[in-house]
Amino acid sequence: MSKHLRSRYPFTTLFLFISAALMIFPFAWMLLSAFKTPADVYNYPPKWIPSSFKFTNFAEVFKKIPFIRFYANSIFVSVVQTVLQIWISAMGAFAFAKLDFPLKKKLFAFMQSSLFVPEIVTIIPLFLLAAIAGLVDTYTGLIVAELNCAFTTLLLLSFFQTIPNELIDAAKVDGCGYFRVFLKVILPNSKTAIGTASLFAFLTHWRSYMWPLIITNDVKMRTLPIGLKYLVTETGTEYQVLMAASLMAIVPVLVVYMFMEKEFVQSITLTGLKT
Amino acid sequence: MAMKKKEATKVYSLKKEQQRAAAVMMTPLLITLILLFLLPVLLVLIMSFTNWSMTTTTRSYVGFRNFLFVLNDGRFWKAFGNTLFYTGIKLVADTGLALFIAVLLDKKIHFRRFFRIAHFAPVVVPITASSLIWLWFYDPGIGPLNQILSWLGLPSMQWLYSEKTALLSVILFSVWKGLGYNVILFLAGLQSIPESYLEAARIDGASERQVFRKVKLPLLAPVTSFIIMMGIINCFKVFTEVDVMTPNHGPLESTLLMVSYIYDQSFTRGKMGRGAAAAIILFLIIFVFTMLQRRLGRKEVSFD
Repeated sequence: MSKHLRSRYPFTTLFLFISAALMIFPFAWMLLSAFKTPADVYNYPPKWIPSSFKFTNFAEVFKKIPFIRFYANSIFVSVVQTVLQIWISAMGAFAFAKLDFPLKKKLFAFMQSSLFVPEIVTIIPLFLLAAIAGLVDTYTGLIVAELNCAFTTLLLLSFFQTIPNELIDAAKVDGCGYFRVFLKVILPNSKTAIGTASLFAFLTHWRSYMWPLIITNDVKMRTLPIGLKYLVTETGTEYQVLMAASLMAIVPVLVVYMFMEKEFVQSITLTGLKT
Repeated sequence: MAMKKKEATKVYSLKKEQQRAAAVMMTPLLITLILLFLLPVLLVLIMSFTNWSMTTTTRSYVGFRNFLFVLNDGRFWKAFGNTLFYTGIKLVADTGLALFIAVLLDKKIHFRRFFRIAHFAPVVVPITASSLIWLWFYDPGIGPLNQILSWLGLPSMQWLYSEKTALLSVILFSVWKGLGYNVILFLAGLQSIPESYLEAARIDGASERQVFRKVKLPLLAPVTSFIIMMGIINCFKVFTEVDVMTPNHGPLESTLLMVSYIYDQSFTRGKMGRGAAAAIILFLIIFVFTMLQRRLGRKEVSFD
């Protein structure tokens, strides 16, 4: 059977192998280059395999930039943002999906309209507001300005709508208030949805570039995407050190991705086809 | 009678309770929306009609002067042209390739999981980190791309360092980075086509090519239009990769895009009024495409 399958699509398989190799090539280059010596890098023609496998470039990264600080900033900011955003979104989505209240449709339209406005439009006044509030170079400034909940609320809302009302009514008969219904009925029944939305939110915040670039000046407050740029200099970037840093920034994400491939794909298909 | 009255008060109190619960649960969401959306949008509108600047403290009403400045600014049109170029090339390359790869991945082949992971991997890694790898790729002196060109007997290129190829180099990176996203969407679309449709076509004697053109492609239309429209909108928002790869907008500003222009006006030059006006123009462009996309096919969320 398997032999039969393979012989059916030899060209497809071959093409996909080539295409996959091209997609992976930059990662392979990064992996190998992270170990190269400066002599390897400036060799002509370029050396593909490093002449030795030493970790000097990694040590160099920590010497040149506060890499661990950048990493910790990124993790802290993205995690807090994700938790807050999902919590706010889930409560709002529950109210939209299962509760009846005045102005509901108007508020929903208001929330939806926020999706039309690109970041670059709001970022100019947001920066002024943050500056007035003294939030430049603070975690609060980094975190709060990017709690864009509209999208995750929409996503969760469509899941919550599929939860049967009977479940809620049953809990109500048992004497639960709506907040308890939310905690005990809605949340436990939508673990996949919460997971998908959280993954989506986390990746968005982890990658965030423009806002952290504007709101931080202090090196200590920089997040990883911005901090990595300190290794690029006008006069002769040390590529091998850059690769060691990129490697450390990329590998954890890739490892998580390989273990959670299904969830990642789901977060794309669900969020993608929803908007 | 008494029964009915009791029922009525129960419904009434249930309604009250729902409203109270909704008020509590909606408050945080509404606060974020007011603070991060409504207020900034109002402010940006006001700013676009003033000579707001980071360097001076005087702020006075200037009418449409910012808009006129932007619309008469050669750099703005350069940025607009570059963005259109970027969008056109990226869209054709991205959509075509993604559809092709998705069709191949839809077949029952070996190593499917590996292929899927490989194509999607560039999507999940942080853009900054991956664009730094490509920075080296594009190095004219010691970059591997020129080495490969010389193996193939082709002349070496200046990549990011020539006016002609800088934007194309950024596009090439963007296609590499974003391809997997569209592959996944196309693949999901293909897999949602019921097998029975395909069987029916095959029984009627359709070749695989005909099955693709007459059955799969039409059924993929909603996904395709979604990918194209979102692609356009996202291309108009591109900033990170051009800023990391060409911090000074490339040779002769050949990689200056719309968002880079707005960022440059507002934050580098501190002319926030002009930046705000340009941002509003960009918003209007994106708004038109968003409306088109919504018109073309999307289910409204309904409360019934």
